[in-house]
Amino acid sequence: MDAIDSSLVDWSRAQFALTAMYHWIFVPLTLGLGVIMAIMETLYVRTGREFWKQTAKFWMKLFGINFAMGVATGIILEFEFGTNWSNYSWFVGDIFGAPLAIEGIVAFFMESTFIAIMYFGWNKVGKGAHLASTWLTIIGATLSAWWILVANAWMQYPVGMEFNPDTVRNEMVDFAAVALSPVAVVKFCHTVTSSWVLGAMFVVGVSCWYLLRGRHTDFAKASIRVACWFGLVAALLTAHTGHQSGRDIALHQPMKLAAAEGLYEGGTSQGLVLGGVLTPGVDWAAPTEQNRFLFQVEMPCALSFLATHELDGYVPGIRNLLEGGYPLLAGGVVLSAGEKMQRGRTAIAALATYRTSRDAAEKQVALKTLRANFDCFGYGYLKSPAELVPNVPLTFYSFRIMVMLGGYFIALFAGLLLLGKYIMRWKWALLLIVLTTPLAWLASQAGWVVAEVGRQPWAIQGLLPNVAAISRLDVGSVQTTFFIFLGLFTLLLVAEVSIMACAIATGPETDNTAA
Amino acid sequence: MNDIFLLQHYWWFLVSLLGALLVFLMFVQGGQSLIWTLGRTEEHRRMLLLATGRKWELTFTTLVTFGGAFFASFPLFYSTSFGGAYWVWTLILLCFVLQAVSYEFQLRRSNLLGMNTYRVFLFLNGVLGPLLIGTAVGAFFTGAEFVVDKLAVTNPAMPVISRWANPLHGLEAALVPQNLLLGLSVFLLTRLLACLYFLGCMADAALRETCRCRLWMEGAFFLLFFLTWLGYWLTSTGMGYMLDGLVYPVQHKYLNNLLDMPGVAGVLLVGVVLVLAGLVQGLRGWRKAFWLAGPGSVLVVLALLLCAGWNHTAYYPSVVDEQSSLTIANSSSSLFTLRTMTVVSFFIPFVLAYIAWAWRALDKKPITPDEVE
Repeated sequence: MDAIDSSLVDWSRAQFALTAMYHWIFVPLTLGLGVIMAIMETLYVRTGREFWKQTAKFWMKLFGINFAMGVATGIILEFEFGTNWSNYSWFVGDIFGAPLAIEGIVAFFMESTFIAIMYFGWNKVGKGAHLASTWLTIIGATLSAWWILVANAWMQYPVGMEFNPDTVRNEMVDFAAVALSPVAVVKFCHTVTSSWVLGAMFVVGVSCWYLLRGRHTDFAKASIRVACWFGLVAALLTAHTGHQSGRDIALHQPMKLAAAEGLYEGGTSQGLVLGGVLTPGVDWAAPTEQNRFLFQVEMPCALSFLATHELDGYVPGIRNLLEGGYPLLAGGVVLSAGEKMQRGRTAIAALATYRTSRDAAEKQVALKTLRANFDCFGYGYLKSPAELVPNVPLTFYSFRIMVMLGGYFIALFAGLLLLGKYIMRWKWALLLIVLTTPLAWLASQAGWVVAEVGRQPWAIQGLLPNVAAISRLDVGSVQTTFFIFLGLFTLLLVAEVSIMACAIATGPETDNTAA
Repeated sequence: MNDIFLLQHYWWFLVSLLGALLVFLMFVQGGQSLIWTLGRTEEHRRMLLLATGRKWELTFTTLVTFGGAFFASFPLFYSTSFGGAYWVWTLILLCFVLQAVSYEFQLRRSNLLGMNTYRVFLFLNGVLGPLLIGTAVGAFFTGAEFVVDKLAVTNPAMPVISRWANPLHGLEAALVPQNLLLGLSVFLLTRLLACLYFLGCMADAALRETCRCRLWMEGAFFLLFFLTWLGYWLTSTGMGYMLDGLVYPVQHKYLNNLLDMPGVAGVLLVGVVLVLAGLVQGLRGWRKAFWLAGPGSVLVVLALLLCAGWNHTAYYPSVVDEQSSLTIANSSSSLFTLRTMTVVSFFIPFVLAYIAWAWRALDKKPITPDEVE
């Protein structure tokens, strides 16, 4: 194998995406449902009512069924950085490994130790110790999410490191910059609050099903009350952090923003596309006049405001990003993709000279050239500017699905809180809520599609494209493991859904006395 | 001695300690592999699975943390071994995936595959997990077929720095008898530890007696395989490296390491004595024998792994290109990262303290048949 097979990159990406998407079916429910059941156990400890204990225990049972699958898919994800992205693991392992190790030491042990007390400790430790264990389980899970999202945010916005030509890798020079990067903070807040929304939606959906069947009505109404308050606050926070996240994308990943908006030709006072249909088959990287939308509804100047906090702010489109030439706020003019690729090749050639030359003077010149061009290092691996354009339709539609569903959840939680006593009597409304519960997962997955598809072709934004990040494997091996994981995860997902449906059908052990 | 030298040794110690704790905690896997051997009635099988079911997440978390710590401190190993020995690591991961769901799913209604299927998954994890991990770790002493060329980064057509030179991508490790011997030793050690653990935590006298009797066979085979492997290990040739990084073969390298590091030799000796004492006391029916053999196994594995990486030893020798061999000097993270991670490592005693509290809280009372209802 003298050159990388492009299908190896595709299959490696497919396998990682498969694992990540399966993992993300279970993790947001763990994060969201975990807080809700901890609130319910807190109510039990504060009021002493058996009703709340049984309510908490029921949601814990569902939490446990879901938790196992999150753990199972998570271990694969961590090790895939080594198995399928080995070059990545060396090139940035000095920075990226630390959050994963800290996650294990600080967060994952907390989660896995106290979950055993939570499940097996009801009659072995006191009420207070049990409640503390429940909260520590969910705090551990949330801290775990923190470190994983720090790692992910660093891939989107690499900070706190320097390239070392002697070791041929990037090395961490500022841990605080990595761990407390503003992009990481926003990403964590947005992801965790959106997971809370999903957890709340799950509780509301299951509870509405009981109301529809006329079973466990007190339990259902009490659960809806807790979940709606929690869900509404979470959904509003998700919207707020989503806005901040949009601003981060505009600053650090303008191509992702352009793809999410279907914005080919940028400019000042850009409108935000509220809804629209893209013309199928358009080549978004081609500099030709094409009708890129079949139709669109725009909110004037809103995209400029989102991206720059000014109504007449400049937002670059795909063409502008490829051709460069527009002024930066910080001064200077943006280079074209072709110029960046040329500088990237210069940097790579300088590194080769630095590593092979025995002439000290030549090495110094090479080092100077490398440093002067290193900001474009990753572009040197690209063959054509078109590679810089991600899948526009997938990013565009995923973004809209996420935002529209976010709006639906806010309306639903608010509606249930304001008009709950009427809604809970309307069977069609209860049925609608039950049927739309899975949309919480759709919104969550769509959010990750925007984040990950929108940043292609980069494994690390601007620094390392996927093609230079992979492991040197034969395509057949990756194809085989892809289908093994697909089959296994699907089988286990079906088993989980079946077990969960049975547990829900059985219901909680609460009676119908008032909460 | 400079800071980086000390920190590389400190992190090799921590990674070795995590590896040693992982082997100890794999008594869970050992117990799973004995479900049908020790559990002759459904009630007994449920009691055995309840005992290991309270602990499986600790083993799992230790495996994840072991991987994370290795990645953070020695990223070139993570990059080279995981990306190269693809199949062996993937198989290990797959059998841990099966474990993660099986405890929760096996007794649930509508679990799609039936209780026995999940128990077969647990059995498979119990057999393959220790066997494959032991075999993979065997390559730390016998070597693996890989080449590392950092200059490859400057070749845009093929920028991957690590190349595996065997098309079996890691499965070839199982064809090396010494690796298999170590894999079997780890597997039998986990079963021995499981018998001792059950002896301590079961209230049922008949089940305890079954566990005690089983110790004879597990102990005898463990000693046979482990002592054979140890004999090979003490006489084998390892890879040393000079201060300038040059790697070269050294006869009886691991024996020399023990002689050069008497402290490590002492740890190994104390560990072996504790394992043997635990075995003997277990055979006599002493219910706390697990707390002799368990820490003993931690000390033995710790000493072996320290011999793999300390004293200028290449811990992951390449059998196709000596100079590609991985050492703690050429594969570690930067000084800054190791320092940062060292601060994080100060949390470890706190973590161990709350694990000990939780362990004690759950194991205070022996498991009774009523508890599995």
